[in-house]
Amino acid sequence: MEQVPLAHLLILSSALFFLGIYGFFTRRNMITMLMSVELILNSVNINFIAFNKYLFPNQLEGIFFTLFIIAVAAAEVSLAIAIIINLFRKFNTVDVEEVDTMKF
Amino acid sequence: MSASTIIFYIVSALVLVFGAMSVFTRKIFRAAIYLLFSLIGIAGIYILMNMDFIAALQVLIYVGGIIVLIIFSIFLTHQAGDKLPKPLFKRIVAGASMAAFGLIVVLGVFYKTAFKVTTEAGIDHSARSIGRQMLDYHHHGYVYPFEIVSFLLLAALVGCIVIAVKIQKK
Repeated sequence: MEQVPLAHLLILSSALFFLGIYGFFTRRNMITMLMSVELILNSVNINFIAFNKYLFPNQLEGIFFTLFIIAVAAAEVSLAIAIIINLFRKFNTVDVEEVDTMKF
Repeated sequence: MSASTIIFYIVSALVLVFGAMSVFTRKIFRAAIYLLFSLIGIAGIYILMNMDFIAALQVLIYVGGIIVLIIFSIFLTHQAGDKLPKPLFKRIVAGASMAAFGLIVVLGVFYKTAFKVTTEAGIDHSARSIGRQMLDYHHHGYVYPFEIVSFLLLAALVGCIVIAVKIQKK
């Protein structure tokens, strides 16, 4: 795997990141927006692992950051799905445009 | 080109194609399944980089936990087989232009930056050394953030129950 240049990994992760950005801004369904956030978090994880592997192979810091990102993502998804289910009970939809009780 | 290099390009193409299909498809259940394949491909990239522990965690948490949770929530909130509405044209233009502009800027920065790639072997990335440094509290150990994350997970667990519980009306 030493033959793959670092630039190709960075291209992969940034393309995945901006796919997630596009999905986050075009989708109006809360569950699909959550999936786009997952894509963004995974591309960042690829970046951390690649930098740890190629630039600082004597340290483990990138691996720790990835581990903590995965843990925080798990907590975030579970909370978001609890909120989505609660909103669905109240409004009978998961569209972000129609949930506007707190809008001024 | 060695075999692992070719496998890397195939797997990364699969990751990008399935990620794009997950973003562009209009059937929500299919979007979840495409996201599942994309996450499995990312685990394959970790394996090709010799990060076995991270790949195992990726499969365990993302594929086994988060995708299952998302599919459950889709079944709780959607009729099977109904299509999502088409996004507005103005929103597609805004999102696509923003994503393209950001991609160009980020790739330009990567192109200009001279990364000092080292080829030395480095320390091993086995679960043993990761665990030793994570639970160490002398030499740059990570036991304090570890405790904070465990507390965060506990708080998220309790918070999910409190938010999603159904209050019985008498």
